[in-house]
Amino acid sequence: MTALELIAAPLIIAGVGFFLVGSLGVLRLPDLHSRLHAVTKADNLGLGLIASGLALQADGLAEAAKYLAIWLAILPASAVAGHLIARLALRDARTAEAHKPTRTPS
Amino acid sequence: MSELAKLLPMALDLILLTSVVVLAALVLGGHRRATGRNDARRRVILFIAFGLLLALLWASLGAPDVALAEAAIGAGFAGALLFAATNALPVEAENKVSAARHAGPAPVGHGLEWLINFGIAAFAILLLGALWLSLPALDTDRLGPAVRTVLPETGVSNPVTAVLLNLRAFDTLLEIAVLLTAALAIRQLGPARAASAAPEGMLTALVPWLVPALILTAGYLLWVGAHAPGGAFQAGAMLAAAGVVLHLTGRSGGGLPSPRWQPWALIAAVAVFLAVGLAGLALNGVFLGYRGASASVLILLIETAATLGIAAMLISAYLGGDGGGDEAGDEAGQAPGAPR
Repeated sequence: MTALELIAAPLIIAGVGFFLVGSLGVLRLPDLHSRLHAVTKADNLGLGLIASGLALQADGLAEAAKYLAIWLAILPASAVAGHLIARLALRDARTAEAHKPTRTPS
Repeated sequence: MSELAKLLPMALDLILLTSVVVLAALVLGGHRRATGRNDARRRVILFIAFGLLLALLWASLGAPDVALAEAAIGAGFAGALLFAATNALPVEAENKVSAARHAGPAPVGHGLEWLINFGIAAFAILLLGALWLSLPALDTDRLGPAVRTVLPETGVSNPVTAVLLNLRAFDTLLEIAVLLTAALAIRQLGPARAASAAPEGMLTALVPWLVPALILTAGYLLWVGAHAPGGAFQAGAMLAAAGVVLHLTGRSGGGLPSPRWQPWALIAAVAVFLAVGLAGLALNGVFLGYRGASASVLILLIETAATLGIAAMLISAYLGGDGGGDEAGDEAGQAPGAPR
Protein backbone atom coordinates (compact mmCIF):
# COMPACT_ATOMS: atom_id res chain seq x y z
CA MET A 1 0.00 0.00 0.00
CA THR A 2 1.25 3.39 -0.91
CA ALA A 3 0.88 6.39 1.34
CA LEU A 4 -1.91 7.82 -0.82
CA GLU A 5 -3.89 4.59 -0.58
CA LEU A 6 -3.46 4.63 3.19
CA ILE A 7 -5.14 8.04 3.27
CA ALA A 8 -7.72 7.20 0.60
CA ALA A 9 -9.00 3.92 2.06
CA PRO A 10 -10.28 5.35 5.38
CA LEU A 11 -11.93 8.22 3.48
CA ILE A 12 -13.81 5.82 1.20
CA ILE A 13 -14.77 3.50 4.05
CA ALA A 14 -16.06 6.46 6.07
CA GLY A 15 -17.99 7.64 3.01
CA VAL A 16 -19.65 4.27 2.59
CA GLY A 17 -20.50 4.40 6.30
CA PHE A 18 -22.29 7.73 5.84
CA PHE A 19 -24.23 6.31 2.89
CA LEU A 20 -25.23 3.31 4.99
CA VAL A 21 -26.45 5.53 7.82
CA GLY A 22 -28.30 7.76 5.36
CA SER A 23 -30.04 4.79 3.74
CA LEU A 24 -30.90 3.38 7.15
CA GLY A 25 -32.42 6.75 8.00
CA VAL A 26 -34.62 6.65 4.88
CA LEU A 27 -35.87 3.23 5.89
CA ARG A 28 -36.26 3.79 9.63
CA LEU A 29 -37.16 7.44 10.27
CA PRO A 30 -40.86 8.13 10.88
CA ASP A 31 -41.82 10.89 8.42
CA LEU A 32 -40.82 12.47 5.13
CA HIS A 33 -39.07 15.51 6.56
CA SER A 34 -36.76 13.56 8.84
CA ARG A 35 -36.06 11.11 6.02
CA LEU A 36 -35.07 13.98 3.72
CA HIS A 37 -32.86 15.30 6.50
CA ALA A 38 -31.05 11.97 6.68
CA VAL A 39 -30.66 11.41 2.96
CA THR A 40 -29.57 14.90 1.87
CA LYS A 41 -27.02 15.42 4.61
CA ALA A 42 -25.52 12.00 5.17
CA ASP A 43 -25.30 11.18 1.44
CA ASN A 44 -23.70 14.51 0.53
CA LEU A 45 -21.00 14.02 3.15
CA GLY A 46 -20.58 10.36 2.15
CA LEU A 47 -20.22 11.27 -1.52
CA GLY A 48 -17.68 13.97 -0.64
CA LEU A 49 -15.57 11.49 1.33
CA ILE A 50 -15.75 8.85 -1.43
CA ALA A 51 -14.95 11.44 -4.14
CA SER A 52 -11.95 12.68 -2.13
CA GLY A 53 -10.75 9.12 -1.62
CA LEU A 54 -11.06 8.35 -5.34
CA ALA A 55 -9.47 11.68 -6.30
CA LEU A 56 -6.38 10.80 -4.22
CA GLN A 57 -5.97 7.61 -6.26
CA ALA A 58 -6.75 9.19 -9.65
CA ASP A 59 -4.32 9.15 -12.59
CA GLY A 60 -3.43 12.79 -12.82
CA LEU A 61 -4.96 16.06 -11.81
CA ALA A 62 -7.66 16.14 -14.52
CA GLU A 63 -9.26 12.92 -13.28
CA ALA A 64 -9.07 14.05 -9.66
CA ALA A 65 -10.72 17.34 -10.60
CA LYS A 66 -13.54 15.39 -12.29
CA TYR A 67 -14.28 13.45 -9.09
CA LEU A 68 -14.47 16.69 -7.14
CA ALA A 69 -16.60 18.28 -9.90
CA ILE A 70 -19.11 15.42 -9.49
CA TRP A 71 -19.36 16.18 -5.79
CA LEU A 72 -19.68 19.93 -6.39
CA ALA A 73 -22.47 19.29 -8.91
CA ILE A 74 -24.37 16.99 -6.57
CA LEU A 75 -24.15 19.30 -3.52
CA PRO A 76 -26.49 22.09 -4.73
CA ALA A 77 -28.68 19.67 -6.73
CA SER A 78 -29.34 17.51 -3.69
CA ALA A 79 -29.89 20.46 -1.38
CA VAL A 80 -32.37 22.13 -3.75
CA ALA A 81 -34.17 18.86 -4.54
CA GLY A 82 -34.56 18.17 -0.82
CA HIS A 83 -35.83 21.72 -0.29
CA LEU A 84 -38.38 21.38 -3.12
CA ILE A 85 -39.68 18.02 -1.89
CA ALA A 86 -40.01 19.34 1.65
CA ARG A 87 -41.92 22.45 0.45
CA LEU A 88 -44.26 20.37 -1.67
CA ALA A 89 -44.93 17.97 1.18
CA LEU A 90 -45.61 20.89 3.52
CA ARG A 91 -48.03 22.45 1.01
CA ASP A 92 -49.82 19.13 0.44
CA ALA A 93 -50.13 18.62 4.18
CA ARG A 94 -51.68 22.10 4.58
CA THR A 95 -54.18 21.55 1.75
CA ALA A 96 -55.13 18.19 3.22
CA GLU A 97 -55.60 19.86 6.61
CA ALA A 98 -57.79 22.56 5.08
CA HIS A 99 -59.96 20.02 3.27
CA LYS A 100 -60.25 17.62 6.18
CA PRO A 101 -63.72 18.50 7.49
CA THR A 102 -65.37 18.42 4.06
CA ARG A 103 -63.83 15.16 2.96
CA THR A 104 -66.23 12.23 2.85
CA PRO A 105 -64.89 8.99 4.23
CA SER A 106 -64.50 6.40 1.51
CA MET B 1 -7.20 -12.64 -3.13
CA SER B 2 -7.26 -12.63 -6.93
CA GLU B 3 -10.34 -14.87 -6.97
CA LEU B 4 -12.10 -12.45 -4.65
CA ALA B 5 -11.09 -9.61 -6.96
CA LYS B 6 -12.76 -11.50 -9.82
CA LEU B 7 -15.85 -12.41 -7.86
CA LEU B 8 -16.62 -8.92 -6.53
CA PRO B 9 -17.38 -7.26 -9.89
CA MET B 10 -19.50 -10.27 -10.79
CA ALA B 11 -21.46 -9.95 -7.57
CA LEU B 12 -21.92 -6.22 -8.23
CA ASP B 13 -23.19 -6.97 -11.76
CA LEU B 14 -25.58 -9.56 -10.40
CA ILE B 15 -26.97 -7.10 -7.83
CA LEU B 16 -27.36 -4.46 -10.55
CA LEU B 17 -29.07 -6.88 -12.92
CA THR B 18 -31.47 -8.07 -10.22
CA SER B 19 -32.30 -4.49 -9.23
CA VAL B 20 -32.95 -3.53 -12.87
CA VAL B 21 -35.34 -6.46 -13.37
CA VAL B 22 -37.11 -5.82 -10.05
CA LEU B 23 -37.46 -2.10 -10.85
CA ALA B 24 -38.86 -2.93 -14.30
CA ALA B 25 -41.44 -5.17 -12.64
CA LEU B 26 -42.29 -2.39 -10.14
CA VAL B 27 -42.75 0.16 -12.94
CA LEU B 28 -45.21 -2.13 -14.73
CA GLY B 29 -46.83 -3.91 -11.81
CA GLY B 30 -48.03 -2.77 -8.45
CA HIS B 31 -51.50 -1.59 -7.63
CA ARG B 32 -53.77 -2.33 -10.55
CA ARG B 33 -56.51 -0.13 -9.14
CA ALA B 34 -54.43 2.94 -8.43
CA THR B 35 -54.53 4.90 -11.68
CA GLY B 36 -54.37 8.50 -10.45
CA ARG B 37 -51.65 11.06 -10.88
CA ASN B 38 -49.81 10.08 -7.74
CA ASP B 39 -49.56 6.45 -8.79
CA ALA B 40 -48.34 7.49 -12.25
CA ARG B 41 -45.71 9.73 -10.64
CA ARG B 42 -44.57 6.90 -8.39
CA ARG B 43 -44.09 4.76 -11.49
CA VAL B 44 -42.20 7.53 -13.29
CA ILE B 45 -39.80 7.87 -10.34
CA LEU B 46 -39.25 4.11 -10.43
CA PHE B 47 -38.69 4.35 -14.19
CA ILE B 48 -36.00 7.01 -13.69
CA ALA B 49 -34.29 4.82 -11.08
CA PHE B 50 -34.55 1.92 -13.56
CA GLY B 51 -32.87 4.03 -16.26
CA LEU B 52 -30.03 5.09 -13.96
CA LEU B 53 -29.32 1.51 -12.87
CA LEU B 54 -29.49 0.41 -16.52
CA ALA B 55 -26.88 3.09 -17.28
CA LEU B 56 -24.65 1.65 -14.52
CA LEU B 57 -25.10 -1.78 -16.06
CA TRP B 58 -24.05 -0.48 -19.49
CA ALA B 59 -21.02 1.20 -17.88
CA SER B 60 -20.04 -2.04 -16.20
CA LEU B 61 -20.35 -3.84 -19.56
CA GLY B 62 -17.73 -1.42 -20.91
CA ALA B 63 -20.15 0.64 -23.01
CA PRO B 64 -19.83 4.17 -21.56
CA ASP B 65 -21.34 5.78 -24.68
CA VAL B 66 -24.54 3.80 -24.29
CA ALA B 67 -24.48 4.41 -20.53
CA LEU B 68 -24.27 8.19 -21.05
CA ALA B 69 -27.09 8.13 -23.59
CA GLU B 70 -29.26 5.98 -21.33
CA ALA B 71 -28.68 8.25 -18.31
CA ALA B 72 -29.19 11.50 -20.25
CA ILE B 73 -32.06 10.51 -22.55
CA GLY B 74 -33.56 7.27 -21.17
CA ALA B 75 -33.61 8.26 -17.51
CA GLY B 76 -33.28 12.04 -17.59
CA PHE B 77 -35.20 13.39 -20.54
CA ALA B 78 -37.74 10.59 -20.86
CA GLY B 79 -38.34 10.98 -17.11
CA ALA B 80 -39.06 14.70 -17.59
CA LEU B 81 -41.39 13.93 -20.52
CA LEU B 82 -43.28 11.31 -18.51
CA PHE B 83 -43.55 13.66 -15.51
CA ALA B 84 -44.99 16.34 -17.80
CA ALA B 85 -47.47 13.76 -19.10
CA THR B 86 -48.66 12.87 -15.58
CA ASN B 87 -49.93 16.44 -15.24
CA ALA B 88 -52.64 15.57 -17.75
CA LEU B 89 -53.99 12.89 -15.41
CA PRO B 90 -56.75 13.67 -12.93
CA VAL B 91 -55.41 14.12 -9.39
CA GLU B 92 -57.64 11.69 -7.56
CA ALA B 93 -58.66 9.19 -10.15
CA GLU B 94 -58.01 6.28 -7.83
CA ASN B 95 -61.61 5.79 -6.89
CA LYS B 96 -63.39 7.21 -9.90
CA VAL B 97 -61.44 5.48 -12.61
CA SER B 98 -61.44 2.11 -10.94
CA ALA B 99 -65.15 2.52 -10.32
CA ALA B 100 -65.66 3.39 -13.97
CA ARG B 101 -63.57 0.40 -14.89
CA HIS B 102 -65.69 -1.96 -12.87
CA ALA B 103 -68.98 -0.43 -13.88
CA GLY B 104 -68.09 -0.12 -17.56
CA PRO B 105 -67.29 -2.81 -20.07
CA ALA B 106 -64.83 -4.45 -17.72
CA PRO B 107 -64.63 -7.88 -19.41
CA VAL B 108 -63.63 -6.34 -22.76
CA GLY B 109 -60.96 -4.16 -21.13
CA HIS B 110 -59.68 -7.16 -19.25
CA GLY B 111 -59.55 -9.26 -22.39
CA LEU B 112 -57.64 -6.54 -24.22
CA GLU B 113 -55.21 -6.25 -21.34
CA TRP B 114 -54.56 -9.96 -21.49
CA LEU B 115 -54.09 -9.80 -25.25
CA ILE B 116 -51.52 -6.99 -24.89
CA ASN B 117 -49.69 -8.86 -22.14
CA PHE B 118 -49.68 -12.03 -24.22
CA GLY B 119 -48.40 -10.14 -27.27
CA ILE B 120 -45.55 -8.56 -25.28
CA ALA B 121 -44.62 -11.91 -23.74
CA ALA B 122 -44.64 -13.63 -27.13
CA PHE B 123 -42.48 -10.87 -28.61
CA ALA B 124 -40.02 -11.10 -25.70
CA ILE B 125 -39.73 -14.86 -26.20
CA LEU B 126 -39.16 -14.30 -29.93
CA LEU B 127 -36.39 -11.78 -29.16
CA LEU B 128 -34.76 -14.14 -26.66
CA GLY B 129 -34.89 -16.92 -29.25
CA ALA B 130 -33.30 -14.70 -31.88
CA LEU B 131 -30.59 -13.67 -29.40
CA TRP B 132 -29.93 -17.31 -28.51
CA LEU B 133 -29.58 -18.27 -32.17
CA SER B 134 -27.25 -15.36 -32.89
CA LEU B 135 -24.95 -15.94 -29.91
CA PRO B 136 -22.64 -18.52 -31.58
CA ALA B 137 -22.12 -16.14 -34.50
CA LEU B 138 -20.78 -13.40 -32.23
CA ASP B 139 -17.34 -14.99 -31.87
CA THR B 140 -16.62 -15.32 -35.57
CA ASP B 141 -18.37 -12.26 -36.88
CA ARG B 142 -17.40 -9.35 -34.67
CA LEU B 143 -17.26 -5.95 -36.26
CA GLY B 144 -14.91 -4.37 -33.69
CA PRO B 145 -11.64 -5.33 -35.47
CA ALA B 146 -13.09 -4.22 -38.82
CA VAL B 147 -13.91 -0.79 -37.35
CA ARG B 148 -10.46 -0.49 -35.79
CA THR B 149 -8.69 -1.10 -39.11
CA VAL B 150 -10.49 1.80 -40.83
CA LEU B 151 -10.55 4.05 -37.74
CA PRO B 152 -7.63 6.30 -38.88
CA GLU B 153 -9.56 7.26 -42.04
CA THR B 154 -12.80 8.18 -40.27
CA GLY B 155 -11.59 11.47 -38.82
CA VAL B 156 -12.26 10.60 -35.16
CA SER B 157 -10.55 8.28 -32.68
CA ASN B 158 -13.64 7.21 -30.72
CA PRO B 159 -14.83 4.04 -32.52
CA VAL B 160 -18.45 4.63 -31.44
CA THR B 161 -18.51 8.09 -33.01
CA ALA B 162 -16.73 6.67 -36.08
CA VAL B 163 -19.56 4.17 -36.57
CA LEU B 164 -22.38 6.60 -35.77
CA LEU B 165 -21.16 9.62 -37.74
CA ASN B 166 -19.12 8.06 -40.52
CA LEU B 167 -19.35 4.33 -41.23
CA ARG B 168 -23.09 4.10 -40.52
CA ALA B 169 -23.93 7.79 -40.77
CA PHE B 170 -26.99 6.95 -42.84
CA ASP B 171 -28.59 5.20 -39.82
CA THR B 172 -27.93 8.21 -37.60
CA LEU B 173 -29.40 10.54 -40.24
CA LEU B 174 -32.60 8.46 -40.27
CA GLU B 175 -32.65 8.37 -36.46
CA ILE B 176 -32.57 12.16 -36.31
CA ALA B 177 -35.23 12.31 -39.04
CA VAL B 178 -37.48 10.08 -36.89
CA LEU B 179 -36.97 12.48 -33.97
CA LEU B 180 -37.83 15.43 -36.25
CA THR B 181 -41.02 13.68 -37.39
CA ALA B 182 -42.04 13.13 -33.77
CA ALA B 183 -41.25 16.75 -32.81
CA LEU B 184 -43.24 18.07 -35.80
CA ALA B 185 -46.19 15.84 -34.91
CA ILE B 186 -46.12 17.07 -31.29
CA ARG B 187 -46.12 20.69 -32.49
CA GLN B 188 -49.43 20.06 -34.26
CA LEU B 189 -51.12 19.28 -30.94
CA GLY B 190 -51.87 22.93 -30.25
CA PRO B 191 -50.21 25.57 -28.12
CA ALA B 192 -47.45 24.58 -25.73
CA ARG B 193 -48.10 24.05 -22.03
CA ALA B 194 -47.76 27.16 -19.92
CA ALA B 195 -44.54 27.36 -17.94
CA SER B 196 -44.60 26.57 -14.23
CA ALA B 197 -44.94 29.56 -11.97
CA ALA B 198 -41.59 31.12 -11.19
CA PRO B 199 -40.53 29.50 -7.93
CA GLU B 200 -39.15 31.47 -5.05
CA GLY B 201 -36.25 30.46 -2.90
CA MET B 202 -33.47 28.03 -3.55
CA LEU B 203 -34.40 26.89 -7.07
CA THR B 204 -34.36 30.46 -8.40
CA ALA B 205 -30.91 30.87 -6.91
CA LEU B 206 -29.72 27.66 -8.55
CA VAL B 207 -30.93 28.38 -12.11
CA PRO B 208 -28.35 31.08 -13.01
CA TRP B 209 -25.65 28.54 -12.12
CA LEU B 210 -27.30 25.39 -13.42
CA VAL B 211 -28.24 26.54 -16.94
CA PRO B 212 -24.75 27.80 -17.92
CA ALA B 213 -23.24 24.67 -16.35
CA LEU B 214 -25.54 22.48 -18.48
CA ILE B 215 -24.65 24.42 -21.65
CA LEU B 216 -20.94 24.09 -20.83
CA THR B 217 -21.36 20.34 -20.20
CA ALA B 218 -23.18 19.99 -23.52
CA GLY B 219 -20.31 21.72 -25.30
CA TYR B 220 -17.82 19.47 -23.55
CA LEU B 221 -19.74 16.29 -24.47
CA LEU B 222 -19.97 17.47 -28.08
CA TRP B 223 -16.25 18.17 -28.33
CA VAL B 224 -15.04 15.12 -26.40
CA GLY B 225 -17.16 12.79 -28.57
CA ALA B 226 -14.40 12.75 -31.19
CA HIS B 227 -11.98 10.82 -28.99
CA ALA B 228 -13.88 9.68 -25.88
CA PRO B 229 -17.45 8.75 -24.87
CA GLY B 230 -19.86 11.57 -25.72
CA GLY B 231 -21.47 13.00 -28.81
CA ALA B 232 -24.40 14.84 -30.28
CA PHE B 233 -27.23 12.90 -28.64
CA GLN B 234 -25.82 13.21 -25.12
CA ALA B 235 -24.90 16.86 -25.67
CA GLY B 236 -28.34 17.57 -27.14
CA ALA B 237 -30.01 15.99 -24.12
CA MET B 238 -27.90 18.22 -21.82
CA LEU B 239 -28.96 21.35 -23.72
CA ALA B 240 -32.56 20.18 -23.64
CA ALA B 241 -32.24 19.69 -19.87
CA ALA B 242 -31.28 23.37 -19.64
CA GLY B 243 -34.48 24.15 -21.58
CA VAL B 244 -36.56 22.02 -19.23
CA VAL B 245 -35.07 23.83 -16.20
CA LEU B 246 -35.96 27.19 -17.80
CA HIS B 247 -39.52 26.05 -18.50
CA LEU B 248 -39.88 24.72 -14.95
CA THR B 249 -38.81 28.06 -13.54
CA GLY B 250 -41.29 30.23 -15.36
CA ARG B 251 -39.80 30.86 -18.82
CA SER B 252 -42.45 29.59 -21.18
CA GLY B 253 -40.20 29.47 -24.26
CA GLY B 254 -38.02 26.84 -22.59
CA GLY B 255 -34.93 28.50 -24.09
CA LEU B 256 -36.08 27.95 -27.68
CA PRO B 257 -35.29 30.77 -30.12
CA SER B 258 -38.01 33.18 -31.23
CA PRO B 259 -40.88 31.70 -33.30
CA ARG B 260 -39.33 32.98 -36.48
CA TRP B 261 -36.15 30.96 -35.96
CA GLN B 262 -37.68 27.87 -34.37
CA PRO B 263 -38.31 25.97 -37.63
CA TRP B 264 -34.66 26.50 -38.59
CA ALA B 265 -33.47 25.25 -35.20
CA LEU B 266 -35.68 22.17 -35.53
CA ILE B 267 -34.47 21.20 -39.00
CA ALA B 268 -30.84 22.23 -38.38
CA ALA B 269 -29.68 18.68 -37.64
CA VAL B 270 -31.31 16.98 -40.63
CA ALA B 271 -30.55 19.85 -43.01
CA VAL B 272 -26.82 20.04 -42.26
CA PHE B 273 -26.54 16.23 -42.24
CA LEU B 274 -28.24 16.03 -45.66
CA ALA B 275 -26.17 18.89 -47.06
CA VAL B 276 -22.91 17.18 -46.04
CA GLY B 277 -24.22 13.89 -47.42
CA LEU B 278 -25.13 15.44 -50.78
CA ALA B 279 -21.78 17.25 -50.93
CA GLY B 280 -20.15 13.85 -50.49
CA LEU B 281 -22.26 12.52 -53.34
CA ALA B 282 -21.21 15.38 -55.60
CA LEU B 283 -17.50 15.29 -54.75
CA ASN B 284 -16.80 11.60 -54.13
CA GLY B 285 -19.77 9.93 -55.75
CA VAL B 286 -20.83 8.42 -52.39
CA PHE B 287 -23.73 9.72 -50.29
CA LEU B 288 -22.29 10.67 -46.86
CA GLY B 289 -18.90 9.58 -48.19
CA TYR B 290 -16.18 11.46 -46.32
CA ARG B 291 -12.78 10.02 -45.48
CA GLY B 292 -9.39 11.31 -44.46
CA ALA B 293 -8.42 14.86 -43.60
CA SER B 294 -11.74 16.65 -44.12
CA ALA B 295 -13.76 13.99 -42.26
CA SER B 296 -13.10 15.30 -38.74
CA VAL B 297 -14.21 18.83 -39.67
CA LEU B 298 -17.35 17.53 -41.38
CA ILE B 299 -18.19 15.28 -38.41
CA LEU B 300 -17.78 18.22 -36.01
CA LEU B 301 -20.03 20.32 -38.28
CA ILE B 302 -22.73 17.61 -38.35
CA GLU B 303 -22.47 16.99 -34.61
CA THR B 304 -22.73 20.69 -33.75
CA ALA B 305 -25.84 21.06 -35.90
CA ALA B 306 -27.20 17.78 -34.52
CA THR B 307 -26.66 18.92 -30.91
CA LEU B 308 -28.57 22.16 -31.48
CA GLY B 309 -31.26 20.41 -33.53
CA ILE B 310 -31.74 17.54 -31.10
CA ALA B 311 -31.98 20.00 -28.19
CA ALA B 312 -34.60 22.06 -30.07
CA MET B 313 -36.59 18.92 -30.93
CA LEU B 314 -36.46 17.54 -27.38
CA ILE B 315 -37.47 20.88 -25.81
CA SER B 316 -40.26 21.13 -28.36
CA ALA B 317 -41.46 17.66 -27.35
CA TYR B 318 -41.29 18.63 -23.68
CA LEU B 319 -43.33 21.79 -24.24
CA GLY B 320 -45.97 19.48 -25.71
CA GLY B 321 -47.13 21.75 -28.49
CA ASP B 322 -46.29 24.62 -30.76
CA GLY B 323 -43.63 26.59 -28.87
CA GLY B 324 -43.95 29.45 -31.33
CA GLY B 325 -47.08 30.88 -29.74
CA ASP B 326 -47.62 34.37 -28.46
CA GLU B 327 -45.77 33.81 -25.23
CA ALA B 328 -42.49 32.42 -26.55
CA GLY B 329 -41.38 35.74 -27.98
CA ASP B 330 -41.08 37.54 -24.67
CA GLU B 331 -38.28 35.31 -23.47
CA ALA B 332 -36.51 34.89 -26.76
CA GLY B 333 -34.21 37.84 -26.24
CA GLN B 334 -32.72 36.56 -23.01
CA ALA B 335 -33.26 32.83 -23.35
CA PRO B 336 -29.87 31.25 -22.84
CA GLY B 337 -31.13 27.78 -23.80
CA ALA B 338 -30.63 25.84 -26.97
CA PRO B 339 -29.64 27.28 -30.30
CA ARG B 340 -28.57 30.87 -30.59
